[in-house]
Amino acid sequence: MVVVTSLSSVETITGTGGLVVIPRDITFVAYQELLGGGQVTRATLVSLGVTVVGTLFSMTVSVMCAYGLSRSGSVLHRPFLIVLLATMFFGAGLIPTYLVVQGLGLTDSYLSLILPSALNVFNILVLRAFFMSTAQELIESARIDGAGDFRILWQIVMPLSRAVIAVITLFYAVGYWSAWFNASIYLSDPDMLPLQNIMNQLVLKQERPVGLAQAINTGGLSPLAVQMAVMVLALLPVAVLSPFVQKHFKKGMLTGAVKG
Amino acid sequence: MVDTESRAEPQARHPATGRKRPEPAKPAGGITLRHRLRRDRTLILMTLPAIVLLLVFAYVPLAGNVVAFQEYDPYIADNAFQAILQSPWVGLDQFRQMMDDRLFWAALRNTLAIFLIQLTLFFPVPVLLALFINSFVRPRVRAVAQAILYLPHFFSWVLVVTVFQQMFGGAGLISQTLRDHGHDGIDLMTDPGLFKFLITFEMIWKDAGWGVIVFLAALASVSPDLYEASAMDGANRWRRIWHITLPALRPVVALLLVLQVGNALTVGFEQILLQRTAVGPGASEVLDTYVWNVGITNGGFSYAAAVGIVKGIVGLLLVLAANKVAHLMGEQGVYRK
Repeated sequence: MVVVTSLSSVETITGTGGLVVIPRDITFVAYQELLGGGQVTRATLVSLGVTVVGTLFSMTVSVMCAYGLSRSGSVLHRPFLIVLLATMFFGAGLIPTYLVVQGLGLTDSYLSLILPSALNVFNILVLRAFFMSTAQELIESARIDGAGDFRILWQIVMPLSRAVIAVITLFYAVGYWSAWFNASIYLSDPDMLPLQNIMNQLVLKQERPVGLAQAINTGGLSPLAVQMAVMVLALLPVAVLSPFVQKHFKKGMLTGAVKG
Repeated sequence: MVDTESRAEPQARHPATGRKRPEPAKPAGGITLRHRLRRDRTLILMTLPAIVLLLVFAYVPLAGNVVAFQEYDPYIADNAFQAILQSPWVGLDQFRQMMDDRLFWAALRNTLAIFLIQLTLFFPVPVLLALFINSFVRPRVRAVAQAILYLPHFFSWVLVVTVFQQMFGGAGLISQTLRDHGHDGIDLMTDPGLFKFLITFEMIWKDAGWGVIVFLAALASVSPDLYEASAMDGANRWRRIWHITLPALRPVVALLLVLQVGNALTVGFEQILLQRTAVGPGASEVLDTYVWNVGITNGGFSYAAAVGIVKGIVGLLLVLAANKVAHLMGEQGVYRK
């Protein structure tokens, strides 16, 4: 229905008095206007960029950390693990975190959308539990053949853990894609805001998108169709990607809980 | 690589410590710390970025809670860290102020009310859904059912609130349909009296399906033999649920209850923040949004941090208490005795 309304023309929407359930005519004008440059286009690109860069960063750090902690004979592995686990029992709180981000000069930078929320300790523990269950003989024999730890991780452990890596990647990506709160407190330039914040402004606060106000006022474009189109944009990546990973969810949710 | 060699290195090659018989209990004990650091340096190197991130964004902020004992002034210095160093200390003043703060107590009341509503209305839903899926839905349909149930978990709160607005809001589908049939429209999104139930309903829609995973996994570990044997003994479907399925869920339910109670003071921050203006702070202000409002919006950093600390300490006490109760009832809880 949301999709249908986003594809409907002004006449149809005024005719039904709101949301359109049965399509009468299909028009892509709302999408053309939104993606033809301007506020929503920029916000979509920002969201995509933060999601891709952030997910890559989170995964790299998490996977390396998980592997580094998965060889239980290694030195320092206990204190490191305690540093990780302790964060699950306390949250520093909003205010001091805000002050630290500010003190580091990260406000008004996209880094403030990535670094403070880059790691989820639970995800690291899930990865670690999975890596520990990888056949140790394989790792030992690779070591004897002269492979270093980076190579073992990249060529043996990671290919064997594809399922869990897919799940955790999805978790991180959805987290970045859905985030809006950090942007609302750390970014002051409205042009830098990601898609979720723009959607909030357009639909919940009923503001008109910058640059499209004219098209709406002259009657060429229904504001409702615009709102629906923004919702479809926000929904699409998640709805398309998550079913592919679905059959592995259980692994991602439970491995860590049992062994962590 | 060097690693394998040094790991197998006999301890005799290490410098004698001066004692007569330095025989260690563990084989690794004979290798000096310096050697072990050298041997595991790649592993340490791999772990470090995560440790640094956690130190900077979890442990440093933890220390930053000292502002609760200050009268923090953001304009006293250019940088937040220097401002903390230069702000005057006021001891427990912020905490004393909290005692007489009507808004703080109102936020606490709202928080607990929402927690109780969610505990009674939200918590049982995933258990019931899991029971239903496990007992009545055929395996072939199950995968589809699960896919539909899981999907909303991945929607952002902005999207969920938006969808609800389009359904139940003043201009939403329900109102629209009512008006088409000659009734008055209704707006469930701006009714302060309904707000606590509204957000619970949103939460059920978004996350109850996701909660099913844990319970389904617990049920998958139940041996089918049990069901067969009891069926042979003449137990019908309901008796099997009562005597086999439910007991299998007990430990998981206990664990999740403990976690839930530990999070009692953290109720739907983003969700409430998004809808705060629609119903006003009277019905919607919870501790987290109060901290946000006082600290971030109005610059009362020290007082807001103090509220945050109280919230954190009470939360920790709640987990410990709930865990104790779980132990007394013979369940394992979060950690073992």
